[in-house]
Amino acid sequence: MQVSLKWLKDYIDLNLSTEELANYLTMAGLEVDSINKLGEGISKVVSGEILEVKPHPNADKLVVCAVNVGQENAPLTIVTGAPNVRPGMKVPVAIVGAKLPDGPQIKKAVFRGIESYGMLCSAQELGIDPTGLPAEEREGIMSLPPSTPLGIPIQEVLGLDDEVLELELTPNRSDCLGMINIAREIGALTSASLKLPKISHEGNNDVIDQMASVEIVDSDLCRRYVARIIKDVKIEPSPLWLQQRLQAAGMRSINNIVDVTNFVMLEMGQPLHAFDYDKLEEHKIIVRRAKENETIVTLDGIQRKLDKDMLIIADATKPVAIAGVMGGFDTEVTSETNTILLESAFFEGASIRKTSRKLGLRSEASSRFEKGINLDGSLEAINRAVDLIEELGAGVAVPGKIDVFPSKPEKVVIKFRPSRANYILGTDISSQQMLKYFKSLSFECVQENNDLFLVTVPSYRRDITLEIDLVEEIARLYGYSNIPTTLPQSTMTQSKKTSIQALEEKVKNTLVGMGMKEIITYSFIGSKSFDKLRLKDSHPWRNCIEIKNPLSDDQNVMRTTLIPGLMEIASKNIHRRQLNLCLFESGNVFIPQGSNHLPLEEPHIAALVTGGLGKAWNTSFEKFDFYYLKGVLEQLFSQLNQGNINFIPTKNYSSFHPGRTAEIVINDEVIGVIGEIHPLVLEEYDVDQKIWLFELNLSPLLSGFSKIKEFEPLPKYPPVERDMAIIVPEQVITSQVDQKIAAVGGKYLIQYHLFDIYRGEQIPKGFKSMAYNMIYQAQDRTLTDKEVSDIHNRIQQELQASFGAKLR
Amino acid sequence: MREELLKIQEQGSVELNNAQSLEELNQLRIKYLGKKGLLTQVLRGMGSLEASERPIVGQLANEIRDSLEQCLAAKNKYLQEKALLLRLEEEVIDVTLPGRPIKFGNKHPLTLILEEIKGIFTGMGFTVADGPEVELDYYNFEALNIPKDHPARDMQDSFYITDEILLRTHTSPVQARVMQAMTPELPVKIIAPGKVFRRDDDATHSPMFHQVEGLLVDNKITFADLKGTLLSFVRQMFGSDRQIRLRPSYFPFTEPSAEVDVSCFNCGGQGCRVCKDTGWIEILGSGMVHPNVLQMSGYNPEQVTGFAFGMGVERIAMLKYGIDDLRLLFENDVRFLSQF
Ligand SMILES: [Zn+2]
Repeated sequence: MQVSLKWLKDYIDLNLSTEELANYLTMAGLEVDSINKLGEGISKVVSGEILEVKPHPNADKLVVCAVNVGQENAPLTIVTGAPNVRPGMKVPVAIVGAKLPDGPQIKKAVFRGIESYGMLCSAQELGIDPTGLPAEEREGIMSLPPSTPLGIPIQEVLGLDDEVLELELTPNRSDCLGMINIAREIGALTSASLKLPKISHEGNNDVIDQMASVEIVDSDLCRRYVARIIKDVKIEPSPLWLQQRLQAAGMRSINNIVDVTNFVMLEMGQPLHAFDYDKLEEHKIIVRRAKENETIVTLDGIQRKLDKDMLIIADATKPVAIAGVMGGFDTEVTSETNTILLESAFFEGASIRKTSRKLGLRSEASSRFEKGINLDGSLEAINRAVDLIEELGAGVAVPGKIDVFPSKPEKVVIKFRPSRANYILGTDISSQQMLKYFKSLSFECVQENNDLFLVTVPSYRRDITLEIDLVEEIARLYGYSNIPTTLPQSTMTQSKKTSIQALEEKVKNTLVGMGMKEIITYSFIGSKSFDKLRLKDSHPWRNCIEIKNPLSDDQNVMRTTLIPGLMEIASKNIHRRQLNLCLFESGNVFIPQGSNHLPLEEPHIAALVTGGLGKAWNTSFEKFDFYYLKGVLEQLFSQLNQGNINFIPTKNYSSFHPGRTAEIVINDEVIGVIGEIHPLVLEEYDVDQKIWLFELNLSPLLSGFSKIKEFEPLPKYPPVERDMAIIVPEQVITSQVDQKIAAVGGKYLIQYHLFDIYRGEQIPKGFKSMAYNMIYQAQDRTLTDKEVSDIHNRIQQELQASFGAKLR
Repeated sequence: MREELLKIQEQGSVELNNAQSLEELNQLRIKYLGKKGLLTQVLRGMGSLEASERPIVGQLANEIRDSLEQCLAAKNKYLQEKALLLRLEEEVIDVTLPGRPIKFGNKHPLTLILEEIKGIFTGMGFTVADGPEVELDYYNFEALNIPKDHPARDMQDSFYITDEILLRTHTSPVQARVMQAMTPELPVKIIAPGKVFRRDDDATHSPMFHQVEGLLVDNKITFADLKGTLLSFVRQMFGSDRQIRLRPSYFPFTEPSAEVDVSCFNCGGQGCRVCKDTGWIEILGSGMVHPNVLQMSGYNPEQVTGFAFGMGVERIAMLKYGIDDLRLLFENDVRFLSQF
């Protein structure tokens, strides 16, 4: 809402500075977003009239104008490149020595040999928002009304000697979409006195009843319809004061009748509409839902298809307006109009919102209906408009009104306890003071007893229906900053984290400790990602939650895997020449549970490495590989207190290299996958370096993570260390050998690890040599040499029997 | 023989004193004191002495041996020290060369801010609660006093999955979920951090962003307590000399509602680019829990009261780190991530 201070002063005596007023409003919940000082920085710009336009002899795109700026001397010669100048047009002229808000001083200048004594101005050059202007004036020179006298400072002509507050209203304060209610609010805040316009009564004559009729068919969508008729209408441009009022509020002047309806809407918050009375078939107004496939050509000349959810105004035969949204072309007020029927109605906000969305039509009127207007204000507003029309000499009122008001609402009376207000606010405000606050807001207040008021709220304050709403009014007027600042006297509480929160935190800390960088990507991805990952149609990741109204195809499903996010980010970084990456993301994936249920949100962790560890003066470049990432994952498991983890080779993941991928299995449950990204997937992401990646579900790790670690006593007896090198066929994998060693080694084999793999000389082709280091130890005694040899030999024999292993 | 011995002593001590290296010293030790050394050779001639002279010469020989040994030890110590000094000198390295790179990663700046916020509130006794990102319309709107067709639904254009299921537009549904799960237990004292979604994507809006919700419901919780709690938070988060300013606002699930500004930590309140010359920066929304919300969640609003607040994590991260472009937070450029 744009509030012109000049206009506001019509309704209230203000002796505050603009900044003080803005602060009052902001601190009362009517936030002032900005203060626009119109005309600031303008000098020596006056109204002028173009007498003549001649082509420039030396330049195609320039013209030479003769401009009368009301001085006695000869017209000024001004060269301009604007396309919309024509003789007779009245324009703002910056004469030599003028200043514009964002420009240098205007000087005499020579354009291709012709001297120019000033500049014709566009709206923008004067600091005026050009949005409301016709297209040609948005690009070119602003035109002034034909009636404008010449040589007058432009600030006066355009009402730029004004300041405009831009109010950012919350949806509950739609009452302040009218100047008078803003004035009322300021009155309550500052005790300044109000000067409300005097509005005459419609008269008791029933002439109007013989001229027209109004019927509300769908009273669920239209709760009131008031009509009045004006005859002997003279359509003319509005007087300057009215044009300036509209302009300051960001609306454009059209003609006297339309301007009055807009003026009253801005003043009182009630949208009005004027019909050409003679074009209403049978002079009937019927408020009803449209019929399926009914059409109307709206004011903007566009034919609109209606449906049966849309409320329309019809005459005896056809729709004449889309209620609250836009009038019809056929019944528009034109220069030919003799008689008009004025409408002041209450349409239900929800219905208006739906209709205006469906048609893509939003206007000052529709947005006011959407937010809710004052049901009791319809008559007053229409009478105000009639007064103004008569005042302008634009027509003569027909006495009487039609007011169809099927169910008048009861007055809202709220029980209010001052003690309750103090209890909630933590204040000590006297009930007398509260009474004063209510009075200043024009709330009627009856004091039932010491601690009970009956408060009647004016109908324009639709936001107030409960005691708590009145408590807020008290708080607002008392001032939030005057309320004390205390700490809750609440019971002592212990703060807790859930175990999954603790687990996620630990995962992040551990990965960061290993040099990984955390990324955060959107929870939605494009369904195309599944194709980029080369997933089969039956792949479970394709079973996902779809968003009905996504912003784009890149964000149309909830992710079922973190891989697309990591791959996109890796690819973007690589394209920015960041070739060595260690990234991870921790976040939920979403698994459908049927369309009536919320999906399962599974906490996942995924990590990616590519490139290598950078070279330094004393270290060489270390390329990442599968085992680097696996090392990260193993360390993570160790930090999370996880045992019994297996990596099972798999070819089931089409996004991964079939020979370099493993399922991660914990206690026989598959919890994730680790591997090298398939070269064809790399191509999809336009990456030409290898990428390794793992993703796993965190939930199965919870039980191990939550377990408290148990201390193991340090061994008292010496360990015995033995090495063993065996030669096995290539197809034997390490986990098989490990399992065998562990099984045979039993409890005295307390540790073993693979320290070398060798292929080459002395090893037959198709075989590899694996060297293990074993440590034997007992908790209760020193093992004898024989005991150790027995176990060690048995391991050898078993490996031989199972894998054909030979001792090296 | 006596003369011979004295000569050995004299010559020996001169030579030992002149020794330049440990090696030379060792040679001299062998030369004078070794099994076949000069001293031993002389003593071999003892037999030719008269019996009465033997003890005297023997004693002299011992004295000379002791003195040479002392001399040797002193020189040895001196040369050892000298050799060490020399070695240390040779071992000089360029300590200005960079150390071996030890890799450490980075948490995302939003995670850092979230952890900081969680830390402050858990310190005040709030429990960290979770809620689903894909939420029922009921919890996201209705249980928060936002019925269907309520104009406030316009404030938050939502992503829908079905007519009844959507991506939550704020973390406030966690309020309703937690209260419904806890009623009639008191106090309800939680914060709920998480991802939220709105249909907006431009320079200043991201379709997904993060919020932290706070809720305290108990006997006798007041608006004044809300002010105190938020002041305490703001001072821990932004500095101990910060002030807060509450302005009336509107949220369907709180009444009275307040927008909370913090005094500008960039200019201290004089006005600057960060605070758009107002001296204040808007950082969170808050209010007293609406009686309808308490009622719907199973608490009697005549008996308990509460406050709630919510803040945008991106906004706080941008303010705190001086990040000027929201999109940087989701581009995940490693050169950006490495700065935190
Ligand atoms: Zn500042």
